[in-house]
Amino acid sequence: MLLHTGSVDFQSIKPLLAAGSITCTSLAETYLQHIDKGAHLNAFISVFAEKALEQAAAVDRKRTRGTAGRLAGLFLGVKDNIVWSSGPTTCASRMLAGYHSPFSATVLKRLAEEDAIFLGKTNMDEFAMGSSTENSAYGAVRLPADPGRVPGGSSGGSAAAVAAGLCTAALGSDTGGSIRQPASFCGVVGLKPTWGRVSRYGLVAFASSLDQIGPMGRSVADCAELLQVMAGYDPADATSSMAPVPDYAASLTRDLKGLRIGLPREFFPQAGMESAVRAAVEECAAFLRREGAELVPVSLPHSGYAIAAYYVIADAEASANLARFDGARYGRRSPAAAALGEMYTLSRSEGFGVEVKRRIMLGTFVLSSGYYEAYYGKAQKVRTLLQRDFAEAFRTCDLLLTPVCPTTAFRIGEKAGDPLAMYLSDIFTVSVNMAGLPALALPCGRDSAGLPIGAQLIGPAFSEPLLLAAGHHLEKGHAPARAFAEAS
Amino acid sequence: MNGTGANSHSNPGLVSAPFEVVIGLEVHIQLQTRSKIFCGCSVQFGAEANSQVCPVCLGLPGALPVLNEKVLASAARLALATGCRINPVSLFARKNYFYPDLPKGYQISQFDQPFASGGGMTVTGEGDAQRAIRIRRIHLEDDAGRSIHAEAFVAGDETLLDLNRCGVPLLELVTEPDLRSPAEAADFMQRLRQLVRYLGISSGNMEEGSLRCDANISLRPAGSDGLGVKTELKNMNSFRHVERALAFEIARQGALLAAGGRIEQQTLLWDPARGVAEPMRSKEEAHDYRYFPEPDLMPVAISGEWVEELRRQMPELPEARKARYEREFGLPAYDAGLLTGDPGVADYFERLATLIEDKKLASNWVMGEVLRASNARGCSVLELKMPPEHLAVLLDSLSRGRIHQQAARRIFAEGLENGLSPAEAIEREAGAQIQDTDQLRMVVREALTSHPDETEAWLGGKDKLAGFFTGVILQSLQGRADPRAIMALLQEERKALLEKRG
Repeated sequence: MLLHTGSVDFQSIKPLLAAGSITCTSLAETYLQHIDKGAHLNAFISVFAEKALEQAAAVDRKRTRGTAGRLAGLFLGVKDNIVWSSGPTTCASRMLAGYHSPFSATVLKRLAEEDAIFLGKTNMDEFAMGSSTENSAYGAVRLPADPGRVPGGSSGGSAAAVAAGLCTAALGSDTGGSIRQPASFCGVVGLKPTWGRVSRYGLVAFASSLDQIGPMGRSVADCAELLQVMAGYDPADATSSMAPVPDYAASLTRDLKGLRIGLPREFFPQAGMESAVRAAVEECAAFLRREGAELVPVSLPHSGYAIAAYYVIADAEASANLARFDGARYGRRSPAAAALGEMYTLSRSEGFGVEVKRRIMLGTFVLSSGYYEAYYGKAQKVRTLLQRDFAEAFRTCDLLLTPVCPTTAFRIGEKAGDPLAMYLSDIFTVSVNMAGLPALALPCGRDSAGLPIGAQLIGPAFSEPLLLAAGHHLEKGHAPARAFAEAS
Repeated sequence: MNGTGANSHSNPGLVSAPFEVVIGLEVHIQLQTRSKIFCGCSVQFGAEANSQVCPVCLGLPGALPVLNEKVLASAARLALATGCRINPVSLFARKNYFYPDLPKGYQISQFDQPFASGGGMTVTGEGDAQRAIRIRRIHLEDDAGRSIHAEAFVAGDETLLDLNRCGVPLLELVTEPDLRSPAEAADFMQRLRQLVRYLGISSGNMEEGSLRCDANISLRPAGSDGLGVKTELKNMNSFRHVERALAFEIARQGALLAAGGRIEQQTLLWDPARGVAEPMRSKEEAHDYRYFPEPDLMPVAISGEWVEELRRQMPELPEARKARYEREFGLPAYDAGLLTGDPGVADYFERLATLIEDKKLASNWVMGEVLRASNARGCSVLELKMPPEHLAVLLDSLSRGRIHQQAARRIFAEGLENGLSPAEAIEREAGAQIQDTDQLRMVVREALTSHPDETEAWLGGKDKLAGFFTGVILQSLQGRADPRAIMALLQEERKALLEKRG
């Protein structure tokens, strides 16, 4: 019985609900039991058990009246950097311990209107800064497939919760790979939408020009359905796009014949990539060719500069975005502070973790007088070159296929002392954010230790329908990817 | 250092003589939009502390700014009025610094791509010369909140925050260093206030902080083209303080340079109570603002058609209105300048002037009684209970001699209180006039006999004295007579007296 594992996607829950074999209430109870059993994973910072049960009962009543929204029966984990007025928002930081937002993020309002139920707030790297979910004031998150390993980050709590069946799906945020890399490590699907496709109103900003909220789920179809509800113009976010939202579910089954898939050679390096990862992604390519797609060799020649430029821009923006956490109005204020200067330095020294402080200092430095041109100015130029690389590549292909990450999940503590090694975990994902493009990560096999491997599909801006269609075909037809779908 | 300045402060001319004064202004203009620049909160002045705030202007985690496009029209109007070029694309930038009344930890401003650049205004320089002052740029930004330390209800070691002002839209206007004296700087500010009021974009009230200015000031040897080391003056919240603070700083720098000293680049805070400018603590001014493009807002794109549309809707500006008053109403330049100084006064005068023949009489009354009344009540002339339409009725009766000046003043004062049309009061005053010729003749004779010297001179040919007698007589009757009737009687009496003497 599917329900006993709790690890089913929303598409398979819907018919069970319709048939009456389960209810939202029974689902809520199951998920809450799973959360209890999965407590060792440390995937959640807060769980809204009572509220979820109340809402489940309410949604069941709506279902009997026929007034329930399209997401009735979907239980979400919400990354704890997305504010919800009915619960705390911590960003996994001591700085925001006890902080309660007076307003809710636009995406949460939209999802709630369709009767999605929020089970809790998921653990993450503090302020989304990290690639392992070890940088959390609430402790590291563990990989469900091997609790000695990291789930990736920064949306590691969301990915682990979905993989372990603690929720139906989850929301993550992706600034440089924070949805895709943990999705890859945990063996779930994660979509980083086009910048501007989903409102950022209510997402606690890390790097505004790169941040994007996206869905994480057990199937491509679930991500498509969540995106359908989340996407669209929001008057509260001046950078949200007015482009009409297409019907994502309808495009899932579109034919792939004649689709040109680009394989950027910089993303299949000879060194620094595990051979199982390369083999798994190449098998995906072979499958797509058999389905009628054409494989095209392409090049993104400036990719080598992406990581350096990314960390300059992301940290520069972060240094400003995190300036508001100063102890004056909300959040932590050091009890030891006796004067204004001390209030700032002590509150911030005590409130922020090591990685956050490192990035604020880096970001402050690269913007400072005399260094701006050499760092921030140069990084912006690299960003333009990366955008041109992608534009050039998309003249000869429709989508790009790459690995999400050069490795599978690493051991807890393995890279914690080496920030540069940690940053390289994002080497295949950051360019996408720098260019504002959409990308889909989905499982495509396992390494010899049984750890999940993820493939990444990258498309031009607003090509989510095509990305989702290609992902859906892989998931349905390609044996190693199908194995994940069936395991759920 | 301050001692030097304070001593020479009273006589800035003494030390500034060998130097030329170079002043540039950075002016902040609070816009009178209904809502704030990046959220929907009200901008009303004087509301209860922290009552006009929301997640956006409080900079709460997750909140995002959205530009209130109304501010673009205000900015464009000022740009057009000062001949600035409106840039087709301008960018918002973050200006980073920590201060408790700055909730985001950065101000959203504009840096290397401002809204408008390169215009100018005129000031009246020495010897009434009209001098062109170049404007470098006009840009948009959000205001910060207010830190309150010095009020009675604040404990000694506490600071209270009122964040209502956070996000109030500001225009910053920066001049080139073209001003050459404190008087020119004050004149620039006055003209700018007049302009923003004409454009209807700001109250321009310096005391309330809706118009604020900082000045960069340096001295250089007269005739030199280079620039000396400058200091920045802050906290000058009236035109008078602009002038006093700059004069103080000129004296200080002049004395220092004359003594062979060097000027230190620093920011000085004007203390209006003590009349001195003192350096801010270096910690407060050592800012590296680390500007970078604001990623939460898209670039501001301005179309040429929209600018042309605004240009067509521009109101008549002060200079043009003054010239028209001289031409159309035949007013002296002084009257035209004074009446057009404030758009409300000009509107009042213009409504009045279209209703009565004697434009100079209208001008005299507006510059006199009307302005006095509005000053005394602290309201605008258009808020007086004596609208131009009522005053027109009154002045018409005055000019036709139905009532005398004194009676008109009485009726004006009554109207200011009761707001009624003066028609009835005019009837009353006119009715109270002494109509009986014999009674009036008695008063005329009495005036002549009680001023024998003047009477002799008058009879001897000094005709102008008729006016003197009319005044004396009206005085004794408290204005309750028709001056023309008095004039007629005076002529009759003169004739009779001369005939009597043969």
